[in-house]
Amino acid sequence: MNQHPGVIGKKLGMTQVFTADGTVIPCTVIESHAVVVGKRTAEKHGYDALIVGLGERSDKHTNKALAGAYKKAGVSPKRTLRELRCTAEFAAAYEPGQKLALEGVFQEGQFVDVQGITKGRGFTGVMKRWGFRGGGSSHGAHEYKRHGGSIGTNMTPGRVMLGRKMPGHYGSEKTSVLNQRIVKLLPEEGLIFVRGGIPGSKNALVFVKGAIKKRGGKS
Amino acid sequence: MSTVHSKIAAFESSAQRTDLPAFRVGDTVAVHYRIVEGDKLRTQVFRGTVIKRHRAGARSTFTVRKTSFNVGVERIFLLHSPRIEKIEVVSRGVVRKGRLFYLRNLTGKAARIKDVKDI
Repeated sequence: MNQHPGVIGKKLGMTQVFTADGTVIPCTVIESHAVVVGKRTAEKHGYDALIVGLGERSDKHTNKALAGAYKKAGVSPKRTLRELRCTAEFAAAYEPGQKLALEGVFQEGQFVDVQGITKGRGFTGVMKRWGFRGGGSSHGAHEYKRHGGSIGTNMTPGRVMLGRKMPGHYGSEKTSVLNQRIVKLLPEEGLIFVRGGIPGSKNALVFVKGAIKKRGGKS
Repeated sequence: MSTVHSKIAAFESSAQRTDLPAFRVGDTVAVHYRIVEGDKLRTQVFRGTVIKRHRAGARSTFTVRKTSFNVGVERIFLLHSPRIEKIEVVSRGVVRKGRLFYLRNLTGKAARIKDVKDI
């Protein structure tokens, strides 16, 4: 479990950033104005986490149980609410109602992992979903251009092997992109510039956390 | 058609250069471009006709075409790149299109562009 400091945010889109020597870095921009709404502690819940809210929700759409929880934390109702697993030390620095300020979590040049839900592609054929080559498009081939070909043998074993790659639903799955560098951090605007692409559509919810394979990614 | 988020647009407008001269498709420009060779920095001048401008905020580019030893050479520059030292507008051309790709099929006298001064 990645317990390195992180935030939740909204993917805004992509742009590019010039470095001083003129190299262009393609960046995804993530906006985060996360607020701590509550906490999970090892004594009470068995693990440490921050409950973090993002965006605004109208009172009309907030049910009474949640409204009470928000009132207790002293924050306005949030659109999304997620638990952010972290270490006890990190959680101790934050109290409900406090903003999860970016400068306290990340630094420029740090490596992070970004988790999101990929764009849904619906029911998809094998060429797009698994990268199959498909059939030939000439030499008299017909009605076979995007097919997957044979799915197994005849008498032995007499069935299709488990895990056979076939058409089906593709996308809308939780995916992480590991070891992406933070190119730029604008804490006042709440913007994180992460190198490269990240899963999901624009306005999608993403988790940004210190890189697990680089011990948090801070230098 | 996807739109750029207003916050990204705000960042991009702050990342743009304002010291560059205005030029249009059809103009002849000399682009002074910084090149790092080993540990040395030198400036190379690329002079030719602007055949395309891609206007996209901080991501804008422009394409310059020249004929060098009878070989057409095209180069795409990032407009707001810090590697561009300066852009000199050598002459202003009169063209009727926004993309001058037809120049690729023309050579010699046919590939000339009318200058603003000649009209």
